[in-house]
Amino acid sequence: MISVVDLGIIRDIAWDGDELTVVITPTYSGCPAIQVIEESISDAVRDLGVENFRLETRLSPAWTTDWLSERGRERLRDYGIAPPACRAEQVIDISRIMRRREKTITCPHCGSSATEPVSQFGSTPCKALYRCQACLEPFDYFKEH
Amino acid sequence: MTVSEATFDFILHLGDSCLILGQRLSALCGHGPSLEEDIATTNVALDLVGQAQNWLAYAGALEGKGRDPDSLAYFRDAHQFRNLVLVEQPNGHFGDTMARQFYFDVWHYLLLAQLIESSDQAVADIAGKSIKEVRYHVERSCDWVVRLGDGTSESHEKMQAALERQWEYVGELFEAGPGHALLVEAGVAPELSALQEAWSRHVGEVIADATLAMPDKPQSRSGIASGQHSEHLSYLLAEMQGLRRAHPNAEW
Repeated sequence: MISVVDLGIIRDIAWDGDELTVVITPTYSGCPAIQVIEESISDAVRDLGVENFRLETRLSPAWTTDWLSERGRERLRDYGIAPPACRAEQVIDISRIMRRREKTITCPHCGSSATEPVSQFGSTPCKALYRCQACLEPFDYFKEH
Repeated sequence: MTVSEATFDFILHLGDSCLILGQRLSALCGHGPSLEEDIATTNVALDLVGQAQNWLAYAGALEGKGRDPDSLAYFRDAHQFRNLVLVEQPNGHFGDTMARQFYFDVWHYLLLAQLIESSDQAVADIAGKSIKEVRYHVERSCDWVVRLGDGTSESHEKMQAALERQWEYVGELFEAGPGHALLVEAGVAPELSALQEAWSRHVGEVIADATLAMPDKPQSRSGIASGQHSEHLSYLLAEMQGLRRAHPNAEW
């Protein structure tokens, strides 16, 4: 399991008097997990004995996989998901979008770099589907974003 | 018209376009040509509906009449929608779906790349969030145009015909609604006609890669200036809004 802190979703936590504000940012605009994540964060805060708190959603700066912690990357790999292979760029020239395939994605199962993309979208928008040509296992790649 | 009213109109144009295309793509959930493409299509729909939610929330806040994204999505009629006529076109076969997506994605990306510099901070923030998602949409739809165009003779023919069919609606991408000049002046949004050159260049490159031919016919249908839609929008809205209107206060 990867925590919301390691995922970079928690942007700020601050006390304003006796009220606690937790600032969160969604990963993708339409992320269907956001409600569950918000509920889980609320539960966790309550478990710490804090009753007076609010969650604030912040869109900017937009969430990026550059915020994934080293521990988060490790957790993803343990779970069979290849972590982002490079830093994200916010805007690139449109003509480069089709020509940025050079990155090497390492198979989280066997460590081989002989892998190929199957689809730009996996089981969730944040992941792409890959296949390892060495161990033949399919796996999810957490897209740089 | 004030800058705020013009911004409201423009945000509806963007938000409605994302929403209607998201709804169109959602209809393919469980009907994609392969499992991977089914999932990819639904993921793109999810991104677009999420973006629509952000845009419509801001539109409602600008308007100041207490309308939230749901009331804007479910309680307006066809003539009040500001989406591109292109995105309400039926899914057709997979080539039609991809031609529509391809024209839209390239425009969407180029527009967002300008909007992240908007003088309106909320517009810049939503654009900055959206563009990262749209990059993957562009990659996928361009990829498919090439795969289908440079595939078998049958897929080549079908893709060419699809590009021609949807071409009718692309002129509208570069037309501005009433009040847009105010936004250009205020630095909120770019001149839409200025996107056409980069759009044509990129679309042309992909079409050439796909061994297809750039459509050469007039781009006739436009709803921006007239507020008119094609007959397809009402049917789409009936399906999208029916449940909500039958049970306006329902929650789950």
